[in-house]
Order: sequence, then structure tokens, then C-alpha cells
Amino acid sequence: MEMNPLTAKFVPCSAEPLVFDDSQCVGCNRCANVCQCDIFIPSPEKGRHPVVLYPGECYYCGACVMACPRPGAIRLQHPLMNRAKFVPVKPAPTASDIKKGEAIHE
Amino acid sequence: MSTDTYQWPYPNEFGQTETVESDVLVLGGGLAGCFAAIAAAQRGQRVVLVEKGATQRSGAAGTGFDHWESACTNPCSQVTPEEIAYAYVDEQDHYSNGISHYIECREGYDRLLDLERFGGKIRDTEDEFLGAEFRDNETKLMFAYDYKNRFTLRVWGSTFKPALLREMNRLGVRVYDRTEATSLLIAAAGGKKRCAGATGMNVRTGRFLVFRAKSTVLAMSRPARVWLFNPDLAGLCEFRPFQSIGSGHAMGWRAGVEFTMMEKSVKAEFSAAGRSFPPYGTGNNHNTWYAATMVDARGVEIPYLDRDGNVLKTVSERYYPAKGQKFFLKGGVIDDPKYEYRGPETMPFEELMKRGYQLPFYADLSRMPELERKVIWGMMIGEEAKTKIPILEYYSERGFDPSRHALQSYGNGWQSASFLPQERQFFGAPGGILHDWDLKTNIDGLYAAGDQLFASDCAGHACATGHYAGRKAAAYAVTVPLAEVCADDLEKEQMRLYAPMYRREGMGWKELNMAISKAMQNYCGGVKCKDLLLEGLDLLRSYREEIVPQLSCHNPHDLMRTHEVLDILDVSELVLHACLMRESSSKPLCFERSDFPEMDPPQDRHFITIRQENGQPVRGVVEHDYFGDLKQEYEKRNPDYVGGEL
Repeated sequence: MEMNPLTAKFVPCSAEPLVFDDSQCVGCNRCANVCQCDIFIPSPEKGRHPVVLYPGECYYCGACVMACPRPGAIRLQHPLMNRAKFVPVKPAPTASDIKKGEAIHE
Repeated sequence: MSTDTYQWPYPNEFGQTETVESDVLVLGGGLAGCFAAIAAAQRGQRVVLVEKGATQRSGAAGTGFDHWESACTNPCSQVTPEEIAYAYVDEQDHYSNGISHYIECREGYDRLLDLERFGGKIRDTEDEFLGAEFRDNETKLMFAYDYKNRFTLRVWGSTFKPALLREMNRLGVRVYDRTEATSLLIAAAGGKKRCAGATGMNVRTGRFLVFRAKSTVLAMSRPARVWLFNPDLAGLCEFRPFQSIGSGHAMGWRAGVEFTMMEKSVKAEFSAAGRSFPPYGTGNNHNTWYAATMVDARGVEIPYLDRDGNVLKTVSERYYPAKGQKFFLKGGVIDDPKYEYRGPETMPFEELMKRGYQLPFYADLSRMPELERKVIWGMMIGEEAKTKIPILEYYSERGFDPSRHALQSYGNGWQSASFLPQERQFFGAPGGILHDWDLKTNIDGLYAAGDQLFASDCAGHACATGHYAGRKAAAYAVTVPLAEVCADDLEKEQMRLYAPMYRREGMGWKELNMAISKAMQNYCGGVKCKDLLLEGLDLLRSYREEIVPQLSCHNPHDLMRTHEVLDILDVSELVLHACLMRESSSKPLCFERSDFPEMDPPQDRHFITIRQENGQPVRGVVEHDYFGDLKQEYEKRNPDYVGGEL
């Protein structure tokens, strides 16, 4: 019996964990080499950024970004649902600011 | 582009076999595995380390960690290794690993000094936090949680893995990256099992590897994706690295290794693929973020209480034991500690609701003293795995300033979501390999370390037990020759591994993983009983017989993922059998049987052990505290180490 020929097929998922900036990336493949989940393959075109073949297998550790010699060439982004919110701080309210019925201590 | 099919970029080496010989073989290149390899190499052994990812950043602490727990022998510590190790045993109602925790308490700080020698950063050498309450001016060590007793250190964990890899290279350890370990090789010597090494497969080329060794250390983390799976965002469905799924447990189970506490699982706490928010990215006041100031929607500060319910008035008080308390415990496996070990904590969520505090809550670091703010938003978040880039760097880029902004908290904080009872995880000191004082398994020549040990815990534990197992494995290796490996075993293993590559069409690994997880939720959920567990076993058996022969793959990467799911299937069966063996319920084991509702009856207060023999599960019993007097037993077995050492 013959073994299947080897193919590398992109497996889509609902998120795009990694985006490249072509103007920054030099195609060194350090991101692909450090990824413990091995979600990249080197670009078939020399000097271009690697291909994220398995985006759904990204565990968002950031090792690829840490390994990148050209800041900004690769970015990691959490799925949209996981992006948390921050707001300007509020001053601590005084006792009179707190409406009746909203007592906070006994 | 996104639907492209590419040429496989790596050589096709299916069918090629490489045999590699060593004295000590280490499986897993996380913290524990690296330290095992280093300790054995320092003792003159020829060492091979096998890692599925890339050792430089692989494992749960690959990109960093911020806390080093139980460093009881650091020069500023006010506690003894005995005090903390026994406290953990007591806190876990004796379903705890006295041996490995004692090793952590006793030797952990020595491993930190090793890391510093290897080029890692363990102290505030730049005086960034000069004058902080949590910093010792003389040693420049920095402390977390209990500022009085000073046994948990804040460390620059992102520097550790590259430093360990450099040291292994320097010592001549042969590192096989991108190589999955797939099975243990077992030889029978005089009627006794002995480990002869392991098999593996290169996950880029398909090359089959035979690792022959005199002794072997299992350091392959703990199981995952048993109850939780998300086929879309698979990489986010668990807490630890995506590919750390318990293959070490599975190959141990197949080889007859003895486990304990495998009936323990907890209602899930972390999964960023839907149920919970990114557990660390949001405002909370636990672990990395302890003891952040929390406020409610109106800006009213949420009170911290001591263990007696007294409101703490200052930020500083959150870091000290209560009056009359020697020390408190916080960290990885400490969820809801007993009164004796309970530290300061924010008022319980239900009580806050009752008192009219309003959601959403926020972490407001602006109200903390400057150095406390800076150490959380800066050092700790910058060093904890998975937060340096996605949180610290990108939030800062988006304009987040911890002195001007508050981070929203989702749900009620740290766990940031309520899971269902059947959505379970191996968390909070879960089960694992049973071992003796040498961290040796029931099989000669086979040792275990880190998260593969039962009731394991965190980075310091991984490093300390890794080093210890490496020493013991090295000591054994000098006493024996290489064991013969059985050619028949190798052929069978290769056939098992390659089988899905011969099927043009068939089922992919995700569908089987999803089905196993669903089966475990249905038949091994929050409440268990004999009939349900047996149904679960029957369903998994049908998957093994009918579905496994349908699995199909088209490259070595998918084949590795498929092997992982086969391992998850083995681990699931191990868990079901272990659950059947405990015929009572248990609070510390988070184990509920509807057919045996009695909680922790005296006759069942012991470890139940499980191993496989001739395809059948074999039950055993080991008494709690089987390790004896920790200090005495340790010193008896480690005279070479006691009193400064190698």
C-alpha cells in the first residue's frame, strides 16, 4: 500500500492570530523555528514571511514576536472576543456620592 | 492565499529509522526536562533530550513565568522547608506529594542560583525597585505574597528557557527538537521490567527514532484536552501549551507505569476558547496580579479582608500574615486554603453583591504605591507566560497607562468564567505518576519529574524535581549496561504511528478529540457513578475499534496531532478506570459518586494506585504520608547533596 503524498494544506479557523508587515519582515523564519506548536511553514518564496498554516493551533504565547529581529514585522492578536477593555480611572466617591440604598458597608 | 495548498517544506523521511544511544534519556524539554538533562550531564553522563516543540521556548514556562514558589532556603526566608512542605501536605488533606514538594522547598533556591549562573535573571540588578517593601537591599531578591516570610520570589522567567538551552549545549546534551516521544521501550530483566529507552518520530519529516538509554526521565507535563476541546480555536481550549496533552502519561500507562489520584479533576478554571476571557489579560487580583486594588463600577474600592474578616486599611497589609499567623500560602495550587494558611483576600463575591457593589469591577493600579504598581504592570506581567506580548506590550501600545487607566474584570475575577460541572480540567495538584524517594517509577530505570508527578505544582517544583530526577537517573545509569530492545516492539510501534498516513480519506484528529471530550463530559462529569463510567469505557472502546482505524493524515504535523489524540484516548480510559476504583466520594479529590455519596470515609483515606497489566487495570493502595519524615528521609538519601553540593 502506498503512503499518502505529503501536502501542506492551510487549515482555516475563525481567528487570525498572526499578521505580518511585509515591509519589515526579512523572511528569516525565526518565528517559525521557535514556535512550540509548529503552526508555521517557511514561505515557499525566499525572503518572504512564513505561512501560518495552522492558525487554530496558536496558543498565543508570543514566542514568535519575542524571537523576531525586526520589531513590528510580526504581530500577535487575540481573537476579537478576547480583547479586554480598559477605562480612565474614576476618583474614589465620597460617602455623599453614593446614593441611598447602595450602602457598601453594614 | 488562505485556501492554498503548499508543497510540504521538509524532507520526507517516513520509513527511515535512526537509532540514538545515550546513558540518560530525557523526554520533554520544558523546565523539568532541561534540568534533568543538565544534572545528568554535569555528572558525566551522555544525555539525549527529546522535545516535540523547540526547546528554546517550549513548555508551560517557555515564554516566561513570574513567581517562584517555596524558595525556603533563600537567604531572606523566614520559613523552613519542613514548615512549607508539611503545610502543603496538610492543606491538600494529605492528597499531596510530600516528596516532590519537599525537594522543591529544599532545593528550589539552588536551581534559581543555577539559572542565574546560566544567564537568567533572578534579582533586581538594575535597582529598578530600590526601596520597595518587597525587595531585599542586600541580595536584591524580590518577594511576592508574604512579605514577612519571603519564600515566594518574583523572577524574570522569560530569561530562563534560552539560558537552559545554552547550558545544555555547553554541556554537550544532544537535543532532538521537533521530535515527539511516542512510547517507552520496556525490557524484562530477571522477571522485572526495566526501561530501555523510548521511540519517537520527527514531526516535520516522519523519521522514526529509537532512543536506547540506560535510564529515562519522563518530563512531559500533564494531560489536557480530555474534557475541554474546541476544534476552531484548539490552541486556546486549555491552559498549558497546546501540545502538552499528557503523552507521557499515555505512554506510561501503556507500559505499566503506576499512577495515583487520576480520579481527581476539577471544574475547569481556564480556557480562553470561549468560556472564559483571556484569564490574565483582564483586571483581577490573583497570582500575577496579587494584590491589585480592585474597584467597582462607581470607583468604590473593594475591601481586602484578613482571614478573620477584618478589613485591611492599607495596601501593605495585604502582604502580611494575620495576627498570630506564622505565614500564609498563596500560589498555583492554593485555591481556597484552610483557615490556618489563608492569606488576605478581597471580600467574597456573593458578599460584595449583597452589599451593593456594582459590576463591572476593575483593577485600578493607580491607587497603589508606585513600586507596587510598577512591579505588577511591568515586571510581573512582562515575565508571566503569555502576557509579555499580548498584554504588556500591546496594551501599552494602545495607550494603557496603569496610573491613569483601570482594567475591566470579567465574571468575578481570576477564573473569569463559570464553567459547567462536566467541563473539567487537571488542575490544582492533579494526579500523576507515583514514585519513590528517587522520583523513580515502579519500572526500573524510569524516573519522572515536573508535572508528570502526582500533585505537582509550578515552575520551582518542575526545576527542582527535574534536577533531582536527573541526578538519580544518572546514578542508576552508571550501574547498568544498555538493555536490549525488542525488534518486534519497534516494528509494531512504527506501524501504529504511520497507519493514518496510509489512508487517503478518513476522519481527522479534531473530530475524534471532540468526541472523546464529549464522552468524558457525558460519562465522567461532575457527578459520577458506576454505570455511567462503564458506558464511557464502552464508548471509548468503540472509538478505539471502529474510529481509530479510519483516521487519515497527509503530513507529519497532522500525524503528530493524531498521535496526541490517540494518547488522549488512553488517558481518558485511565481516568475512567481510576474513577471506578474509588468507591466513595472525596472533597479534596473533587470527586463525587452518586452511587457512593459518603464523603471521605476513613477506610478510603489513602492513595488508590492504578497501573495496567496485560491490558487490565490493576488497583493498589498506598497510605497517605508514605514518604515518612521528610527531612530525615531526604537527608538519608541525599548525603552528597546536603550541606552545599553539586
